Amino acid sequence: MTLPAAISKRLATRRGRVLRECAIEFMLFLAASLSVFTTLAIVYILVSESVAFFRHVPVIDFLTDTQWTPLFDDAHFGIMVLVSGTLVSSIVALALAVPMGTIIAIYLSEFSTPGIREFAKPLLELLAGIPTIVYGYFALLFVTPILQWLIPSLPGFNLLSAGLVMGIMIVPTVASLSEDAMRAVPAALREGSYAMGATRLQTALKVVTPAAFSGIAAAYILGISRAVGETMILAVAAGMQPNLTWNPMEPAATITSYIVQVALGDLPHGSIGYQTIFAAGLTLMLITLMFNILGHMLRRRYRESY
Amino acid sequence: MEIARPEVQRFTGSADGAIKAAAGGLSFYYGAVNALRNINVPIHEKRVTALIGPSGCGKSTFLRCFNRMHDLYPGNRYEGEIRLFPDNTNLLAPEVDPIEVRMRIGMVFQKPNPFPKTIYENVAYGLRVRGERARRVIDDKVEQALKSAALWDEVKDRLQSLAFNLSGGQQQRLCIARCLATDPELLLFDEPTSALDPIATGSIEELIHKLKDRVTILIVTHNMQQAARVSDYTAYMYLGELVEFGRTDDIFVKPRDRRTEDYITGRMG
Amino acid sequence: MDAPRVREIRSVIARGKRWDVVFAIVGIVCLMIGLLTVAALFVDMAVKGLPRISLEFFTNFPSRRAESAGILSAWVGSTLVMVVTAVTAVPIGAAAGVYLEEYAPRNWMTDVIEINITNLAGVPSIVYGLLALGLFVYQFGLGQSVLAAGLTLALLILPVVIVATREAIRAIPAAMREGSYALGATQWQTVRYHILPYSMPGILTGVIIGLARAIGETAPIITIGALTFIAFLPSPPFQPEPPFLSFEWLFAPFTVMPIQMFNWTSRPEAAFQVNAAAAGFILVLMTLAMNGLAIWLRYRLRRNINW
Repeated sequence: MTLPAAISKRLATRRGRVLRECAIEFMLFLAASLSVFTTLAIVYILVSESVAFFRHVPVIDFLTDTQWTPLFDDAHFGIMVLVSGTLVSSIVALALAVPMGTIIAIYLSEFSTPGIREFAKPLLELLAGIPTIVYGYFALLFVTPILQWLIPSLPGFNLLSAGLVMGIMIVPTVASLSEDAMRAVPAALREGSYAMGATRLQTALKVVTPAAFSGIAAAYILGISRAVGETMILAVAAGMQPNLTWNPMEPAATITSYIVQVALGDLPHGSIGYQTIFAAGLTLMLITLMFNILGHMLRRRYRESY
Repeated sequence: MEIARPEVQRFTGSADGAIKAAAGGLSFYYGAVNALRNINVPIHEKRVTALIGPSGCGKSTFLRCFNRMHDLYPGNRYEGEIRLFPDNTNLLAPEVDPIEVRMRIGMVFQKPNPFPKTIYENVAYGLRVRGERARRVIDDKVEQALKSAALWDEVKDRLQSLAFNLSGGQQQRLCIARCLATDPELLLFDEPTSALDPIATGSIEELIHKLKDRVTILIVTHNMQQAARVSDYTAYMYLGELVEFGRTDDIFVKPRDRRTEDYITGRMG
Repeated sequence: MDAPRVREIRSVIARGKRWDVVFAIVGIVCLMIGLLTVAALFVDMAVKGLPRISLEFFTNFPSRRAESAGILSAWVGSTLVMVVTAVTAVPIGAAAGVYLEEYAPRNWMTDVIEINITNLAGVPSIVYGLLALGLFVYQFGLGQSVLAAGLTLALLILPVVIVATREAIRAIPAAMREGSYALGATQWQTVRYHILPYSMPGILTGVIIGLARAIGETAPIITIGALTFIAFLPSPPFQPEPPFLSFEWLFAPFTVMPIQMFNWTSRPEAAFQVNAAAAGFILVLMTLAMNGLAIWLRYRLRRNINW
């Protein structure tokens, strides 16, 4: 029994085809796994340079010293100095962005007409794309002068102005993501509340917001990540002097602006000064990671189950 | 005087009882779409009235006119009136506040939709919306409402656990308790058992049967057996119109309209 | 209901409605504050910067004298870096998206990749700068070059491209795939001739949003040590004599628009701040135009597609 020629020929090419399909799949897999390699590379670079750094500086000094003067003869490496700047500016930013973003989200999702929403949503997305260096310019040369007119004692570089502008920058992110989460709440839940005679605000605050909590928490966490990792606004407007302070009216360096400051100079590869920016970067990553894990736990706790 | 009315009826035992609400010349539009046409129907007090008809006939649309749910979405328009007695208020009048209407009329939805709160807070929701603050009053009403909804024994030990943890049938009874807590004058059911299994359906139907001593009920159902089991009156709707209305026994035994007969005997829909 | 009870209910409703109105006003005010602040930013930069914008501003190198300083090296540098970023990120991102949607088996490996992509999207951009400094600049010996910067930004926007690709592919109904398989097509043929073409507009949207973000990124590029004062251009990619093409520009030192703006903003002299405003104005116009295009594309797509 012989197969027709055409069929046997097709079967013969089958091997080649399977091979080619496998090769393509492998290439695509490589592209996808690049993200894993990126993460590994980030961890490797940060940790290996930090290990070299911690050979010179005990971890306990790094965490407890109250001075950060890595380039002085009398060098001190107290990371809390930079962490304080990062936290203060982030708190100022979030104190503005979280309430404002949430209110805008509730307004757009539950109160506004579809027309306003259709207009405001793309606009918010557009604002989220403005380069941060532009916000930095705005903080230093527009907001700080206004704040100085209100508070004459305010120095030209300060965490307050940088933090406020950072907050304005984060508002679209928080608002847009929270609004998405609220719109995803089923209409039946909303109608259930209205059918009980609730007003819009009661429905929004007592039913929609709790139901969308997991998505709103994700928006907050992203906002926190952006605030903690924000660089240029602080490098431009907050001054880059290391300063252990909890007062937003003072100038201070943050983890990120310190890295920029060092990178702008000319530190030799392998020097202790060079290694400090990796130790600072590692600290930044750990802080971000901490918030991400916290967010993950919150979301698991209040998972949507409507 | 108004308070005395129900007593009077109970004594007279009048077959048809008093009228709690009535739709008169009601038409409804979703934008340009005419969803309801000139509907006239009475709702008898402390009786169960069922709305039946094929999908898309407008029975849910009609039900949602009673608590002005259509006001939530732009472009909807009512014509005609729905009068609520004894005060003879036209529920659809523009000067009547939809929120006030909804406070007087409760609604249970197709799919159980408990709020993302504890069992206790779900039932207390309507009271809190009405500005009730006294803890003792709320405790009391929550317990009574859960008892009336035949749910108290199942949940009394876990009032502070989340409502989502209840089964589907329990959730639907919780939604009924949520309405009962505020003593509604009229209770609307929009296919309340369509998402439930037969056993849960049975317990809801039993509950409806018990509740009619207390409250007037209007129920939309696509299940004719259900209409026959639970209702005293039945309205058959078709293509946005009310085809026939009468005592359930009459409608199911000797329908006057050909279309009703076709639907009931399963030749249509 | 008896009369006192009705009055009580009505007063509760009136109170509730008053709060509704109060909140609606607060909502509008918040929205306005957000929008007006950004409008103020834009107007402030326009008023200060527009007088400086002229042809010379685009064709001059940076200079010690603010009046004759321009952004030639900056916009050329930005363009070259964007080319490297796009050429790297688009194929890799699209391939990764296709793999995850069409090929990836449901196992721990895939989970790891997916969690990774989500987490990478939240990593501060300056950390990418540190990665590039340690890896590209020193380990790979690329130095402070256009190539190093382009690759850094490519890594940065990769998650954006991957997510956009996946969303675009997910929007294609299963029937499309089955139709192709039913005709005897292999998996790759289905991807090549059906999945990719149909998802192209969605992928494009993601790419534009990613590039708009990359073009404004300052921190990672400063971190790798890009120079802020560059008064020359990389050698052009097209040469008059064979082989006509040159890739020397990939390894040239460079500056980009946001770094130029940062440099001018940090100068104490007011004249340079005018330059900063002008550069910022152009930068914002560029990113707004790119984002606007992407958002417009997306909304148009949503309206036009109904499978």
